[in-house]
Formats: sequence, structure tokens, C-alpha cells
Amino acid sequence: MDQINPVDPAEAPGKNRLPLPVFILAGVLLVAFLGFLYMGLQRSQQGPVQVGDSMPPIILTTFDGQMIDTSEQKGNVVLLNFWASWCKPCESESAALQSAWEYYQPGGQVLFVGVDYVDTEPEALASLQKYGITFPNGPDLGTKISQMFRIRGVPETYIIDRNGNLAYIQIGPFSSSEQIKSIIDPLLQ
Amino acid sequence: MTVDLGFGLLILALIVTSYAAVAAIVGVSRNDNRWVNSARLASLITFPLLTLAVVVLLYLITTGHYEVSYVYAVSSNAMPLYLKLTALWGGQAGSLVFWSWLMAAFSSAVMLRKWDRDREFLPWVIVVTMITLIFFLGMVIFFENPFVRFWGTPMGARIEAMFPPVGSELLVPNDGRGLNPLLRHPGMIIHPPMLYLGFVSFVIPFAFALAALITGRTDDRWIRITRRWTLVAWLFLTIGLVLGMRWAYDVLGWGGYWGWDPVEIAALMPWLTGTAFLHSVMIQEKRGMFKQWNMLLIILTYDLVIYGTFLTRSGVLSSVHAFAQSAIGPLFFAFIALTFVVSIWLMLLRWKSLRSEGQLQSLLSRETLFLINNLLFLGLFIECFWGVNFPLLSELVTGQKVTFGPEWYIRATGPLWGGLLLLMGIAPISAWQISTIKTLGRAFWKPFIPSLAAVGVVLALGIRQPGAIIGFWLVALVASVTIYEYWRGIRARSHSTGENVFQAIWRLTEKNRRRYGGYIIHLGIIFMALGVIGIEVFQQQTQGALTPGQQLELADYTVTYKSLAEWDTADGKNVARAVMEVSRDGKVLQELYPRRDYYYDSQQPMTIPGVRSTIEDDIYVILVDWEPISTRQATFKVFRNPLVSWLWFGSIILILGSIIAVWPTPERESAR
Amino acid sequence: MKKSTVVLGIGLLVILLGFTFTGRVQAQEQTPVVVTDDQVNQVASQLYCPVCENISLDVCPTQACEQWRSLIREKLEAGWSAEQIKEYFAAQYGDRVLPEPPKKGLNWMVYILPPAMIAGGALLLAWIILGMRARKVAPVSAEQTPQSSGEYLARVEEELLKRKGE
Repeated sequence: MDQINPVDPAEAPGKNRLPLPVFILAGVLLVAFLGFLYMGLQRSQQGPVQVGDSMPPIILTTFDGQMIDTSEQKGNVVLLNFWASWCKPCESESAALQSAWEYYQPGGQVLFVGVDYVDTEPEALASLQKYGITFPNGPDLGTKISQMFRIRGVPETYIIDRNGNLAYIQIGPFSSSEQIKSIIDPLLQ
Repeated sequence: MTVDLGFGLLILALIVTSYAAVAAIVGVSRNDNRWVNSARLASLITFPLLTLAVVVLLYLITTGHYEVSYVYAVSSNAMPLYLKLTALWGGQAGSLVFWSWLMAAFSSAVMLRKWDRDREFLPWVIVVTMITLIFFLGMVIFFENPFVRFWGTPMGARIEAMFPPVGSELLVPNDGRGLNPLLRHPGMIIHPPMLYLGFVSFVIPFAFALAALITGRTDDRWIRITRRWTLVAWLFLTIGLVLGMRWAYDVLGWGGYWGWDPVEIAALMPWLTGTAFLHSVMIQEKRGMFKQWNMLLIILTYDLVIYGTFLTRSGVLSSVHAFAQSAIGPLFFAFIALTFVVSIWLMLLRWKSLRSEGQLQSLLSRETLFLINNLLFLGLFIECFWGVNFPLLSELVTGQKVTFGPEWYIRATGPLWGGLLLLMGIAPISAWQISTIKTLGRAFWKPFIPSLAAVGVVLALGIRQPGAIIGFWLVALVASVTIYEYWRGIRARSHSTGENVFQAIWRLTEKNRRRYGGYIIHLGIIFMALGVIGIEVFQQQTQGALTPGQQLELADYTVTYKSLAEWDTADGKNVARAVMEVSRDGKVLQELYPRRDYYYDSQQPMTIPGVRSTIEDDIYVILVDWEPISTRQATFKVFRNPLVSWLWFGSIILILGSIIAVWPTPERESAR
Repeated sequence: MKKSTVVLGIGLLVILLGFTFTGRVQAQEQTPVVVTDDQVNQVASQLYCPVCENISLDVCPTQACEQWRSLIREKLEAGWSAEQIKEYFAAQYGDRVLPEPPKKGLNWMVYILPPAMIAGGALLLAWIILGMRARKVAPVSAEQTPQSSGEYLARVEEELLKRKGE
């Protein structure tokens, strides 16, 4: 704000001032606070992760106790589906996901992982049973995975390519298994 | 056309505002009064311009111009007229226009005052208020334009734009989405405007404070000029907060009035520093001390107003109140950085010229007690600031979100509130400048004894919670001290002038509005404290699933479930409404109708409690759940909120006291 | 005697601050076979689900929170204590479900910094007050506190005159 000229011409400069360290300290505190705000703002504006981002390994323990570590899946395509039993739209895409899984499972080049977001185990298991889901599913313990992806809600699906980079983001449910195949097939070329 | 007119008015207002700011600076640098006068006139024009813009927007809303996306988002055919009017501030864009309009109104009011004796402040006051206005208008015009319309492109896509994209046609929806149902409450008509008024009017004392810093006239002139402005700002902010509490109690259906939500706290923080300021300016006026401190407080208050607005509107915080995420974040951040850096830097430059004239002479003098008061208010502010900001910090540093529930706040701030009540009991009877244990004790023992009697009553009633006993004692102490102070003044007057008691009360209050208005505010606060203690310490609740005829028991009350009906209304909602009967000792007291409204257009449910209110307690019934088809079984939650009526009663007293303190005294005005 | 008042004042402040540290004692529930809604709510009011930002679990109307409440009921029926249930939820869904940050790591800032800042403010205040008194030049003249109502009125009126003169 260079318009405001605070130095009164009548005032002898330097005499009426506080010592320099006070200015420096105040400046540092101010900058630290503004920096903090800026980072908070940036984070809130960032939204979810971007296509092309390299994804850190995701470790998930499934409901039946199996450990899944995506870092062991290099060379394979990984589909990460965030869902919850209390989420109505999630139900509508269950069949599409399952049939796509059945299509890819024999090839062994694609892994589907269901991440159960803020859910209770009995309801989640009942829901998996009801829709006949066979791909590995597990709870998002401590909401760590969903925070890593900064998801906005459920369902959201993230597809990671053979090199471990994020290739596709689906906000909301998939409409059909064809839609899923049309995304994954090019990644397998 | 009307839409373009509205947008044109906004642009014009921005141009005029920018001119006013520049002309004021030119006037100062050339020492030319003509420029300053021109700036003053320009800033006066902003008000009619923005008034017209607001009228245009209201016209669009009330006549259902749903091609305007803002109108589409906040209004609908089914909404009654009064709600359509409140839709003006029901969304982000409209509320920013509304804010700018209030800002223009306040700066115009300041411009119209007599400036003869404080002319050197004028240009700088113009600069500060106009830059604030430029910022808000800029946000409206460039980021949150309320006049944007829907356009259909030849390809069939829907675009929101101010001016028609090539080859596109205007899309006019038949109906709008309507206001968020949570905001469809009478309290919502005045809650946001009051809060905004409070926020905006704090800009004026801040502008004078900065003007004082810039011109180097750092005596208490700026404080005397803005004294009433500050009180007005505080009054509006208080009304806004109280209405918000009432709204939460009536509509949000969680059994309480204050949820320690980040957005509530964002509005509370400037109130805390503002209240501290109201007290500490008295030291400066009486004794010429702590100028630096007052300057710091008003700067902090203004910065918190802006910061609070930023937190709630930029999407940095998520909360029930928060506006949707939007593009204004970065601009807001720049403005915050500007105000923080400039105001703090100016203050550091002038720090030494703000030195105290007087000195503290006694440890128990009123100025010392006021300082402790300030310490406690600042303590409250620090706790609140941490509670709001730490989750953000934690997320940035560790990636983990954390929550601060009411219990944390109650524990962290409870003792500080208690300390403030204690001070409220001591400070009014301590003297300025010199006060010793002996003099204080002599004045103190008379009001002290009745307060002990009150503790006796509390114990006799079987109340054993330490928090409640201390709380009630403090309330009784403040009450008896305040009444005692009044009585001393009345007796003194009627002794010397022979007036009767009522005349004496009237004259006394009239002659020193701020002091006695202040005491009335204190009385209001202690009534409110009664309500707070009642609900925080003694609230009881129970929940159960009932079939018609079954009942829930709570304290001495029996709440019987009679029936439940479910129907659709003409204005597009589904209502489930239960009939409940409240009785005590076999005697039927009242029927209550807790309900759940479901708004089809916004797919939002709203829980409206049935409340029976008495001065002793409230019975507050919520319909939690029901079997949709049979409507046979339903789940209810019943709260007993003791003394909560006193909270509302106290806030009315408090508002009356503030109005008395603010009311202009004609002769004093003309003396200036 | 003056010194004693300072000590007293600081002592009071310390006590006030002390209150901010001490937690409320939690009532431990016996676990009967039948779990009432009230018992569920009592635990639920201590938890926050990520789906309902800033609203405690007992009043949150969403489906997810409904499920959480029935989970609490199951755990209570299984004989879990409120503390155990809270720990279970924190492990499942992260620390954000707790009503306040657990006392560990960075979170200590929450419990230490604000009281420390207030205490620092109190010390600063004491320092300023004592410093000002030390600089006091002339001894205090006769007592200025009004003795009678007449003097009190005189003071009130005098203040008013001063005001008017401004």
C-alpha cells in the first residue's frame, strides 16, 4: 500500500521509533501468520489430487484380514473405489464395478480395491454380500486414505496406471461397466 | 435491461469509490482542500448508487427473474415476500452487495458529520473506508457478480455470464431453487444484517484510529469521535450474536443455543476484543493511559472482522454456516495481508508517541481492574483463536483433522468468564486512580452480604455442583453491586435535589448515559449468565421410541405421545408433525408440536422442536425419527433446559442498556 | 500489604488457569443388558462423525451417523465402556471423531500455549503495574474515595462537567 505515506515530515525520523528487533519480530510473526493462512487457503482451493500425480503407496487391510500394498502392484492398473454402505449412489454402481472386476480378474493385470469410507463393519459386510462384491474391500482406517486423496464425498473412484500415476478420477457413480472398461482398456495397451 | 442497469450501477460505484480514495490522497499530498472536498462528495455519492443497485437486485428477486443465476439460487415462486427480501443476503454474491451497501451508508453518515475541528482526519478516514469499499465492490464485480445470467449456447450447453456469449440465447427457468430452508426463519431476517451492521460499523473507529496514526494526532481525539460508533457497532454485533443463538435454539434442533461452531466463534472474536476496547478506552479518556493498547485493540477488532469474514467465505473452514467454496479466497487473502501489514506497521512506527500520560497509582484502582478485564477478554480471544485455527494448522502439519467440541471450549473459557463476572462485581465500586483494600472493603461489604444470602438460598435448594454455586454467587454479587451503585446515585441525588426516586433514576441515567447504560448492560449480562448456567450445568435429556399413548419421563415432567401426521404442503415440503402432551403431577400443561420439514426442492430436512417456555425451565421436544408408513412408532428426544428464558430476557435488557448508552445527548453534540 | 494483594491476585489467576487444565470427571456407566437411547446418546455426544462437520453424533441426522449410533449400541450391549468405544472409533476413523484433540505430539500446543499466553499476559500486566508504581513520584495525597453521598454526587457531577467541556 504505497499510497499511504506514514512518515510525518515534522517528525524526526528514527527518533520516535521502536528498536529494530521489535520490527523484525513483528514482521516475522506477521509473515508466519500470513504464510499459514496462505497455505490453508491453497489447500482448500486445491481440491482432490490431480490426474498425472504420482501416487504414494496405499496400504489397506481388507475385511478378511488380507494386506494390500499398491507398491507391490507396479506394472498393474489399480482401481480405487471409495464407497460407504450409507451412500445411496454407491449402490447404483456396485453392479457395474463387480462385472468389470469379473472381466479383468482373470487377466491379473488390474486390481480393484474398495475403500470403505466412514462406515460400520456389519453394514459394510452386509452391503458387500447383498451386491455380491468379490474384489478386495477394506475399511479406511483413521480416514487416512481418503485424506490422502482429499475426496469430497462418496462414491469417488481413482484409477492408477501401470507406472503408479493417477490416470483417471471419477466423481460420483459409474453408469455402466462399459464406461469403466473404456477407461481401463487404453491403460492396458 | 434491468440487469445491466444493476451491474452498471455497481461499476459506477466502484469508479466513484476509487476516485474518492485517490482524490483524498491527492488532497493531502498537495495540501489542497478542494480535492478533499471533492473526495468527500464522491464518497457521499456511493450510497445512492449502491442503494439503487440493491433496489434493482431486490426487484429481480421479488419479480422472479430466474434467468439471473443468483435469483435462481436463492428464491423460488413458493417463497413468501418477506423471505424473498431476505434472499438479498441469503447467498454469497447478494450478501456482499448488501455489505457494500451498508459500508457506503456508514461512510456517508461519517462524511456528513461536522468536520471543522478534526479536518486533518477527514482525508484519511475517506481513504480507509473507501479502500475497504473498493475491496468489497471489487469482489462483487469481478468474482461474485449477482447479476450473472444463464445463457444457452447453440450447442445446448448452459453458461453463466454477465454478457451474452456469441450466438446464445437467454435461458429463463420457470422457478428457482429457493432459499436454504435453514435460513427460512424469522430470526434469519435480521440476524445477518445485524451482524453485518456490527462488522461494518467497526470500520469507522478503525478508520479514525488509522487516521490518527497517520497524522500523528494520537491523543484521545479519535476515541472521543468514535466512541458512539464503537458502541453502535458493539450493539449491532451483540444483537446479531443473540439472534443467531435464538435461531440455533429454534431451528437447528440440538437442544442448545451455541454450538461453538467455527463460524459462530469467528463472529464472537471481534465481539470479545471490541468489548475489551469499550472498557479500556475509558482508562484512556479518564487517565490518558494505555493508548497503545487501545490502538492495538481496535486494529485487532477490525482485522478480526475481516479475518472472520475470510474464514467463513473462502472455504478454508468447513462448517454449517460456511458459504460454498468460491474464487474470492485469494483476493480476500490479499486484502487481509494489506490491512494487517499496514495497520500493524503504522502502529509500530507510532508506538512511542502513544505513550501513557498518566500513571497507575494503586493496585486496586479501577484502571487496574479494567486492565485485568482486558487480560481476561484477550484470554478468551486467544482460546477461541486457537480453537478455530488449530484444526487448520494440524491438517497442514500432520495431515490429521482434529475437532474442538463444546466441552473443550467450556473448560478453556469457563474460568475466564467467571473471572469477568467477578470483575463486574468489583470494578464498579472501585475508584479511579486510588483505591485500597480499605476503601474498597468499605464500599464492598454492603453489596457483598446479600450475595452470600443468595448462596445460602442456592444451597438450601439442594444445588451442590461447584460450578453452579460459584456461578450463582457471582451473579448475585454483580446484581447487588450494580443495584447498590444505582441506589447510591439515586440517594445522593434525592438528598441534594429533593427529587423523588423515579425522577432521580431518570436524571441520573440521563446525565451519564454511558455509565448507567453500562450498568444496565451488566444486569443484562447476569440474567444471561443465569440462562447459561441453567443450560450448561442443569440440562437434562432423554430419548425413547414411543407408540401413541406411551410417555417419556424427565425430571417432574411427563411427555405423552398422542399422534403423528404426515402431509405435503403447497409450498413444496413434506411435514411430519407430532402432537405431544406435557404434564406435571398429573396436570396437563401444554401440547407441543415437534416436527420435521423436508424440503423437496433442496432435499434438506429441518427439525423444528416443540418448546414450552417458562421462567423456570423449557421443555424442548424433538421428533428424531418415525416409521414412515404406519406412523405408529416414533422416536423423541426431550430436553429440560432450566432457566434458559433468562438468557433471552437478559439479552433484551442488555440491548436496552446499550441503546441508553448510545442514545445521543443533544447538548453535548452541539458543544462539539 | 500491597505486596500481598499482588500475590493474592496472581494466586487467583493461577487458580483460574488451573481450572482450564483439569478435566471434567466422567461418569462411568454400569453396563446393563438393555441399552437405552439415553446411554447411546451419552456416548454419541462425545463423538463427531466426519460426515457431519462440527455437529456431535447424537444430533446428526445423516444415515452414516445413524449407523454409528447403532454400532455404539452394539458395543454397549457387549459391555464396552464409553472410553473403550471412543478409542475404538478414534482408531477406526481418526482422531477427528474425538471431541478434543488427544494429548499427544503437536496437539500439546492446544493445551499448553493458550494458558501459557494468558499467564504471560498476566505477568506482563503485573510487571507494567508494578513498574508504573515504582516510578510513582509524589506520595498519594489524602484519600479521594468519597465518604458521604454528598461527595459522591459532587464527583458524579464533576465528571459530567468534564465530559461536557470536551
